[in-house]
Amino acid sequence: MAKELLKGNVAIAEAAVRYGLEAYFGYPITPQTEMLEYLSKRMPELGRVFVQAESELGAVNMVYGAACTGARVMTSSSSPGISLMMEGLSYIAGTELPAVLVDVMRGGPGLGNIAPSQQDYNQITHGGGHGDYYPIVLAPASIQEAIDYIGLAFDLSEKYRSLAVLLIDGSLGQMMEPAELPEMQPVRAAYPHWAARGATGRGRIVHTSIYLNPIEQEKTNFRILSRWREVQANEVRFKEYYLDDAEYAIIAFGTAGRVALSAVRAARAAGIKVGLLRPITLAPFPGNAVRELAKRVQSLLVVEMNNGQMVDDVLANIHDQTPVEFYGRPGGNVPLADEILAEIERIVKGKLTLNGHPRDRWLDRMLTKS
Amino acid sequence: MDMLGEETIVYERPATLTDLSSHYCPGCTHGIAHRLAAEVLDEMNFRERTIGVASVGCSVFAYNYFNFDFVQAPHGRAPAMATGVKRVLPDRIVFTYQGDGDLASIGMGEIVAAAARGENITVIFINNANYGMTGGQMAPTTLPGQVTTSSPTGRDIEVAGFPIRVSEMLSSLDGAAYVVRRSLHDPKNIRLAKKAIRAAFEVQARGLGFSMVELLSTCPTNWGMTPVDAIHWLETKMLPYYPVGDYKVGPAVAEIKI
Amino acid sequence: MPPKGRIEVNEKYCKACGLCVEECPQEVIGLAANRINAKGYHPAELINAGCTGCGICAIVCPEAAIAVYREIAKVKEPGA
Repeated sequence: MAKELLKGNVAIAEAAVRYGLEAYFGYPITPQTEMLEYLSKRMPELGRVFVQAESELGAVNMVYGAACTGARVMTSSSSPGISLMMEGLSYIAGTELPAVLVDVMRGGPGLGNIAPSQQDYNQITHGGGHGDYYPIVLAPASIQEAIDYIGLAFDLSEKYRSLAVLLIDGSLGQMMEPAELPEMQPVRAAYPHWAARGATGRGRIVHTSIYLNPIEQEKTNFRILSRWREVQANEVRFKEYYLDDAEYAIIAFGTAGRVALSAVRAARAAGIKVGLLRPITLAPFPGNAVRELAKRVQSLLVVEMNNGQMVDDVLANIHDQTPVEFYGRPGGNVPLADEILAEIERIVKGKLTLNGHPRDRWLDRMLTKS
Repeated sequence: MDMLGEETIVYERPATLTDLSSHYCPGCTHGIAHRLAAEVLDEMNFRERTIGVASVGCSVFAYNYFNFDFVQAPHGRAPAMATGVKRVLPDRIVFTYQGDGDLASIGMGEIVAAAARGENITVIFINNANYGMTGGQMAPTTLPGQVTTSSPTGRDIEVAGFPIRVSEMLSSLDGAAYVVRRSLHDPKNIRLAKKAIRAAFEVQARGLGFSMVELLSTCPTNWGMTPVDAIHWLETKMLPYYPVGDYKVGPAVAEIKI
Repeated sequence: MPPKGRIEVNEKYCKACGLCVEECPQEVIGLAANRINAKGYHPAELINAGCTGCGICAIVCPEAAIAVYREIAKVKEPGA
């Protein structure tokens, strides 16, 4: 198929349709509403399920119900709406069902704003809902990747009976760029053995997340964790840029990763040997790749559109062996390539330290500047 | 007792109930509501095409007692979950089984929206005027003056407001096709309740829209009464506040003969 | 002659709530005073003759524990 000029939210919605989405349930919230609007026309056109729910609570529980039937199902929302969905997401995880969520992050906390942000990294990758569970989290940095990874999200979610989240920020949802959509794939004809679709000629199937006996609950916790270990062993994905001879490396995901790549190119033009590691799977986190990278560079710079969330996962993986610096823009701000370049130059010239937390040094610099 | 001569079976446990002994307290009318639903689904031969949605409360384990597919919803969200199931599988029979804390308090948004959408599901709504599973706290359905563990001097309407009459409220929605209240306090009313459950499933099978049967129920343990006294309390205290009746019978529904 | 009937209480389910005792029109059901079931309840049982197999006990039973049977009335033979 040829490339066409596509808006992020619409591209994700149409890609989901072509990857066999059977049911979508959603609720309006900026900056993801185009997904809901687009699917309100597209899904009925194809005889598939679309419901505009009464709230995000309604939407996520409709997803829960549809997931019990084995259908390929999805919802989408943005930060405050995702907070409301956390109850249902925990239940879906506790019931060990596949479901896909698109989170188009905006500035927070609270009502915040509708500008692009990565402030929900911790909420999404480290749970958010109650109990021990582990969603698969994919972070595209372009509309093409968003198209590709929504398909991957369905596949991984169903393979591991797990939640899969496509985590993007408002700018990826709203921007337009050329990308190629997949061919239309047929909706699945056969359903998994666990699908509750009526006990026709078989015993009943029950889907629940309640295990009153703590021993049974613990077994379930172990089962979910064991499955997660498989995901960690097989599904880590990341992209590397200019790392072969790099003396310094940036770690950044999504839009921050995309801007960081521009900064890396500018730095290279100025003769600085810097590269970029961009995690595609935020969960499972590419910890080994980060650890190996840390061994061969003088310093790591983590760039995020938040107060420093992924930086803690980086630090947890490198065990203080390499100095780490952080640069972030929370609140709905996207860092400019020049800002990141200035950080690279500061690190190259400056004194590196293993003491203290990079977030504290960053905040002091930010507060002095303003 | 002597065996009779040639005999006929007047009543036996419905096949659609599993052989598990229930966890409900002695005399709790949840068991009657379960039995009626099972009898109706057996009579309609719907076992293999039914998917139940359990809620949170004493009936959280309803799925243990029905021999068909069941899913279990978060507190109050059963109508949304049922919507997800039903929209994907429109030719199946989907029903929720919810108590009054679940449906009339935390789940009010979901039940109103499902009824307003005319969601083609059936709701069996147990009104026993308190939160049963957590030990008898005040519910939206608790009567004025009724003593509960969280209204120890009786529900004070100045502070805690008034009970919600759910059937009356939902009956105002155009999407609701069949909304009735019945009571489980004596054989005659139990028969009428069964008939209403049958009608509700008929409504769904014919695709006529949202159907709900509210069932006035007892909670002897949390009311602090014997099962027999609880029946009398339901009859004398709850019935006047929550009259049984047909609150919404859509024109197409009225033509159904059972 | 009223019809003759009988009930079978599945003691596995019975919780001795007494609703069948209360509602029985013939007043022929009682709770077994000298016996308990596995759950520790005195199960319901027929205590007197006179069951008509009306089924009311089963209608009010919250545990679906009661099966009800009724004798099929015999056609009187000539001369009998």
